[in-house]
Amino acid sequence: MTRSTIVFLFLLVTLAVSMRATAAKAAEPADLAPQLRKLRAVGLQGHGHRDAIQAWKQLSQADVNQLPAILGGMKGAGKLADNWFRAVVETVAQRQIDGGGKLPIPALEKFLADTTQSPRARRLAYELVAQVDKTAEQRLIAPLIDDPSLELRRNAIELALKAADARLKAGEKEQVTQDYRRVLHASRDLDQIKEAAEKLRELDQQVDLPRHMGFVLRWKLIGPFDNSSGKGFDKVYPPENGVDLAATYEGKVGQVRWQDYATEGDFGIVDLNEGYKRPKKKKDSGYELTDEHKGTVAYAYAEFDSAESRSADFRIGCINANKLWLNGTLLTANQVYHSGMEVDQYVMQAKLKKGRNTILVKVAQNEQEQSWAQRWQFQLRICDELGTALLSQDRVALRRSNAP
Amino acid sequence: MYRTVASLGLVFVSLAVCGADWLQFRGNNGASVSLDEAPPDSWDGDKNIAWRADVPGKSASSPIVVKGRVILTSSSGVNQDRLYVLAYDVETGKRIWSRQFWATGRTLTHPFSAVAAPTPASDGQRIFAFYSSNDLICLDLDGNLLWYRGLAFDFPKAGNDIGMSSSPVVADETVMVQIESQGESFAMGVDVATGETRWRVDRARNPNWASPVVMPGKRGGKTSVILQSKTGLVGHDIRTGEQLWKFELPCETTPSLAVSDDRIFVPANGLTALDLPAGATTPALAWNSSQLNPSPASPIVADDRVYAVNGAGVLSCADLKDGKRLWQVRIGGRHWSTPVLAGNRIFCVNADGKAKVVQLGESGKIVGTNDFGETVLGSPAVSNGALYVRSNQYLWKIAEK
Repeated sequence: MTRSTIVFLFLLVTLAVSMRATAAKAAEPADLAPQLRKLRAVGLQGHGHRDAIQAWKQLSQADVNQLPAILGGMKGAGKLADNWFRAVVETVAQRQIDGGGKLPIPALEKFLADTTQSPRARRLAYELVAQVDKTAEQRLIAPLIDDPSLELRRNAIELALKAADARLKAGEKEQVTQDYRRVLHASRDLDQIKEAAEKLRELDQQVDLPRHMGFVLRWKLIGPFDNSSGKGFDKVYPPENGVDLAATYEGKVGQVRWQDYATEGDFGIVDLNEGYKRPKKKKDSGYELTDEHKGTVAYAYAEFDSAESRSADFRIGCINANKLWLNGTLLTANQVYHSGMEVDQYVMQAKLKKGRNTILVKVAQNEQEQSWAQRWQFQLRICDELGTALLSQDRVALRRSNAP
Repeated sequence: MYRTVASLGLVFVSLAVCGADWLQFRGNNGASVSLDEAPPDSWDGDKNIAWRADVPGKSASSPIVVKGRVILTSSSGVNQDRLYVLAYDVETGKRIWSRQFWATGRTLTHPFSAVAAPTPASDGQRIFAFYSSNDLICLDLDGNLLWYRGLAFDFPKAGNDIGMSSSPVVADETVMVQIESQGESFAMGVDVATGETRWRVDRARNPNWASPVVMPGKRGGKTSVILQSKTGLVGHDIRTGEQLWKFELPCETTPSLAVSDDRIFVPANGLTALDLPAGATTPALAWNSSQLNPSPASPIVADDRVYAVNGAGVLSCADLKDGKRLWQVRIGGRHWSTPVLAGNRIFCVNADGKAKVVQLGESGKIVGTNDFGETVLGSPAVSNGALYVRSNQYLWKIAEK
């Protein structure tokens, strides 16, 4: 073997090894973990932006087959970071589609099926599939009626409602009742809850919506205290120092004491104008309100017997300024008057302790004269993060109805 | 005319953009005026409708036009928590790209309005999309995310359940938002490159839907942003947030002020004109007219005239010098959309989608009556002789083919 032959073979082997290494590197997905971490790290006040901006640029150049890995990075990410991820995923997918390429559909469907992944990431995976496959909804959505992704669940419920409506039209009354019950049981969005409940009521079925949603219906009320010029909102009246249901206090227009109050409406609205002294109805509309109802503060108190120590959402809707305490700890304070009232208007995460929990709500009415500014009311429900009702162990059914 | 042109020129230079672009709520100058030729007076069927594109979701925001793209925002979903930024080709109406996001703040609004109520703004290189949920999104012109702020995390009480609508403005490498509500109120300048906060000032806790307006600096002066609220006006250096002046005035909280040269036109006590020449430390009252009452649409300022549509659907024209009303014409309907002026025409679109084109002169003459056939809440954009209008379901380009 000549020297030149040896050199040639050496070069050949070196080249082969080098090519193999290059091929192996190309086949392996780049390590995305550091970039994914930088996206997850974005925080308040623009914290982490500079790193995240660089990471986003790198991730946006990822291969389309890395989409499941990028989606996987959303696990544990906050709501803010979710949007940085979403933009990466859409950008990579769009580039692939615009270039005439294909999305990794089987991998995305596998990701969708994995309920341990981020609900939003799974929803996004579904949207990518649906973007290029018109059969995706029928193939993938129907089984997701109890899915932890509320967006996927909502689609599944839409399909289930359509199917139930078709059955109803076909006269299958008995079977369709069960279908609507199943839909109501799974529903977490208010419009779908209302639609399923309405269908059941049309079928002469009883529905307990407060129970389905977790509205607190039984309260003790005390007031009115003074809120002239809005000064009562921050003033600490006796109930804030501890609730004594036997106590009597000096209120705005005389002695006040705790009174029982129960609401039976579907959405647990506590009407404080009614709670004290029913005002005289005007001939046209609204109430003839007095000093007892304007520039006032009222408190509502309830107890919740929890079977376990657990996290819970406290979701309050209120047309007036309000504060909410759980076990003496202030959860929220909203000094906003007559700016709308909706179910789940203010949502707070808190921790229920096992056994008895105390709930105190302060509702302040101002002195606006407009007819639309006379409402003095609130509603409160307790549920998990998906909106599934949490019920006190001693909850008494006020309505004779079958719970969904 | 020369005063307006000079003023517009300053804005154009500061924004470094194409002359035909329409970069923010009520155009580059914030006075609802285009220097381009006027779009056609009438359109219907195939006539003068260059294209019509489907748009997802709903909005009360206006389109903007940036380097051949019409940019829109929208919001959808049962809770209106899906946010959109959309880009359409100005020539074909084809959607170039679309980006969606999950709202991070409050999404309750009056049913008539939408989470996508503020109009996006652009510096010619970037798009700043802002929403009632206090999500502030920065994209490049190809839809690549540059940064994303969820201001509801920083200021959870800021917002109301009727919906917020104040639109952002951008100048001196700073995008600025004004967020005022009963719960929490502030104005904030954000670095366009990083999304980091340059400055923040507290504002009175009162509901307010008016938008800030940029007043270009003169003779080396600072570019300022004017904030309007029910107690008055405040001028800030847009880059640093430094307060430059303050003027007490009971301003309206829905229509926004307009600026032309040294004069500020404020929806207050009807319409109030203030003078703020270069070097002045505070504005001085020029005139007030109770006959001009822009509501809810904002005033329009061009040449030596100021125009206002009132709540009864009457368009009034007044002399810029003294506020004396020169003529008025009934155009009818409720105008959430601020009319736009191009050539010697004003294009007015009411909430029912009925559009009137008014020829300007010694009197106002309606020379075109058109119908988009559905709700229009956002103000039109004008670019290169074309009118861009977002109706409930569509984006329209009105132009001679």
